Amino acid sequence: MALFKLQINGKSYQTEAEADTPLLWVLRDNLGLVGTKYGCGIAQCGACTVHLNGEATRSCTLPVSAIGTSKVTTIEGLSKNGDHPVQKAWDEVDVAQCGYCQAGQIMTAAALLKRKPKPTDAEIEATMSGNLCRCGTYHRIKEAVKVAAKTK
Amino acid sequence: MSSQLSHNRRNFLKIAAVTGGGLFLGFNWTESEAATQTVLTKGISAVPGVDFNSYLSINPQGVITILSPNPEVGQGIKTAFPIIVAEELDADWKNVVVEQAPLDTKKFERQVAGGSGSIPHSWKRLREAGATARHMLIDAAAKRWNVSAADCSTSKGFVLHAGSNRKLSYGELATEAGKMTIPSDVKLKEIKDFKLIGQTIRNVDNPGIITGKPLFGLDFYREGMLIGMLQRPAFGYKLKSVDSAAAKAMPGIVNVVTINNSVAVVGKSTWQVKKAKDALKIEWEKDGNLESTSDHNRLFKEMLDSPNTTVRRKDGDVETAFKNAAKVIKAEYQCPFLPHNPLEPMNFFAHVKADSAELVGPSQTPESARNQAAKLLGLPPEKVTVQLTRMGGGFGRRLNTDYAIEAVQVSKAVNAPVKVMWTREDDMTGGIYRPAVRYRFEAALDAQNNLIGYKLRGASINAGNATREDNFPSGAVENLLIDSIDHKSPITTGPWRAPITNFLAFAEQAFLDEVAHAAGKDPVQFRLELLDKAKKNPTGKITYDIDRMKGVIQLAVEKSGWGKNKNVSQGISVYFSHRSYVAQVGEVVMEKGKPVLKKVYSAADCGVVINQSGAQQQVRGCVVDGIGHAMYGNITFKDGIPDQKNFNDYKLIRMNEIPEIEVHFVQNEIDPTGLGEPSLPPAGAAVANAIFKATGKRLYNQPFVQTEVFKGVS
Repeated sequence: MALFKLQINGKSYQTEAEADTPLLWVLRDNLGLVGTKYGCGIAQCGACTVHLNGEATRSCTLPVSAIGTSKVTTIEGLSKNGDHPVQKAWDEVDVAQCGYCQAGQIMTAAALLKRKPKPTDAEIEATMSGNLCRCGTYHRIKEAVKVAAKTK
Repeated sequence: MSSQLSHNRRNFLKIAAVTGGGLFLGFNWTESEAATQTVLTKGISAVPGVDFNSYLSINPQGVITILSPNPEVGQGIKTAFPIIVAEELDADWKNVVVEQAPLDTKKFERQVAGGSGSIPHSWKRLREAGATARHMLIDAAAKRWNVSAADCSTSKGFVLHAGSNRKLSYGELATEAGKMTIPSDVKLKEIKDFKLIGQTIRNVDNPGIITGKPLFGLDFYREGMLIGMLQRPAFGYKLKSVDSAAAKAMPGIVNVVTINNSVAVVGKSTWQVKKAKDALKIEWEKDGNLESTSDHNRLFKEMLDSPNTTVRRKDGDVETAFKNAAKVIKAEYQCPFLPHNPLEPMNFFAHVKADSAELVGPSQTPESARNQAAKLLGLPPEKVTVQLTRMGGGFGRRLNTDYAIEAVQVSKAVNAPVKVMWTREDDMTGGIYRPAVRYRFEAALDAQNNLIGYKLRGASINAGNATREDNFPSGAVENLLIDSIDHKSPITTGPWRAPITNFLAFAEQAFLDEVAHAAGKDPVQFRLELLDKAKKNPTGKITYDIDRMKGVIQLAVEKSGWGKNKNVSQGISVYFSHRSYVAQVGEVVMEKGKPVLKKVYSAADCGVVINQSGAQQQVRGCVVDGIGHAMYGNITFKDGIPDQKNFNDYKLIRMNEIPEIEVHFVQNEIDPTGLGEPSLPPAGAAVANAIFKATGKRLYNQPFVQTEVFKGVS
């Protein structure tokens, strides 16, 4: 066990974990930030997506020891009041069915729009195809990304 | 549930601060608590409300709390049920707070998510719950104003008296209304007067979903809770021995116990438990047939040629019909085993105590979980509580309670509260799959190309009866024989979204397309003629409504402009399952010599549509699910061990692979039926038939991507 200092959602945390513990499980088990989801554990489904210095990153394969001073943003810290344009678009378009993958989808979409404020359809597809939705909400995900791009 | 969860959450944070070894600098408990509270209860005031019935209470501030008893698995029931109650109550939707009810068999019936059965079961009950309370509110107002109840009306949370231009809010009336006599025979609204039902209403859990609040079973934490993971035997194996010394010595590991033929590792954190589970040294031994996919393919052939089938339906004289046929069409269709793969893997929390047990988690059948737990523990069922969390998908997997019972067993064994969780690999290799099936169809046409004989044999592995013998075209063919044969395998199977029909509809609707083609008829016309025949001259029992089936075909034809656009290739499929009717037209174009599915038009008749947003979602989700699994889904075996273990070798459909989907509903005033399943069965054949139209090639086997047509397509 080692002590890690982490910058998450603009706050400083200290927690003890084994060095190879994926950030996902530190967030969930140690810090009570359960918005970031486990889906596959091998960076295939995107349910665990967080931002690492603003870049969409799979937290299920990122060891806590590799984070260092990087700034982590989770779904809980994307906005103070749940009013990030992507979150608002997700509600307005009513994207979710079961909702389990949507935090990861939102984090991926938010990082895309930061990088590309007006993405083309092809760019949306290329980026969002990395995130699985078993309920098949892809049409509304795409629509919501476009809505968010308009309101940004 | 809400207060329970937030309470538990507080405890979890407390314990995490102690045992996690960390100080959470800047971690604001109050804020976290408040945020949780807000999400789960929409800021409901703490003032207790007046209970009008099992579903509904109203507090003096006018907050209307509607309990949704059925498990929410993504089908939208937690939004749809309260809409129905609120409609008959004439509530202002803005003032409605929805809470998930725990399992309560005294207050509620059928707390199940399955078979698309919740809406048809509860439609009248929910309407009456709302209407009863509305009448009591009117009675209370009439009494206070000293006027006749007949002269009062309601609108958006108020009782109105037009004669004196007075109004009172439901909140103001709640206490008095609660004391009114409960009316025994309330008048329900006319469908034309609905204000909420049929509108576009957003998911009531959106605020929690988009901000990452703890809603799901896997998000549940409790003070002192341990994490459990199990290593289970593959199919046809049992536990011989386990060396758990290395695992037990690993940090955070509390215990390693044997549960039946599985080995459970219990410890303090998920990652520690996972690593210790991987460090177990287990020897398995053979306990049954060690089957491979090659064995199944051989078995299918043997079963289809076997004389030992069970006859499911026999009309007329098929032998003579086939003897007299001018043309006979034969084809076989095959579908593989499929895992359900809900994105939230199986998990459940259990705390077994001396004389009671507490269960929390995602289950489509909480009552069954409770009863099995009670039986196992030798407790009366009322000593076992089950709280329902939102489910990260189910698709039928969570109808089975195996994982909840595991949690009970592990908690009992280690005498502590335990959340058992499955890894993705556990989930994908853990069985309860959709059964694998191969069908043989034969059709006899006379010289005028009339369908005079029809044979279907279903050969399956752990499906029981792989046919649905009374489904269309039964009733439309004078001479018909449907039989089935099943192989019992150690590979476990269970219901998978639209059980049986999710593959039967593909095979049957694709075969009917072949028959139409052989008869030289338009596939739509061919189906409509059969339906007309079933109507005018029915053969045997008919369990579907012929007019409603024709209705969805006609709507799909109209919306898709069937056959009009010569630049696209269309295929049609229609199916009746789970009480709803759905027709779909798939549209394919050739790009670089390969077929690409561009669009699907879906037309459904589920009676009254409760929520446009949720209904559209269910149809689109079913089509994506149906197409995705028909195209890519496949799980294969080598000596009882699944070859695919995670999403790197098992492909689910992704955003760049979906067609455009247009969703239409037949508008009528028929009592509503469910939508969680019925739009899935027709999807596979709509695609396959469109691909035939485009390429002249039939798709006989799922997954389609492995067939000749798609060679070279990634």
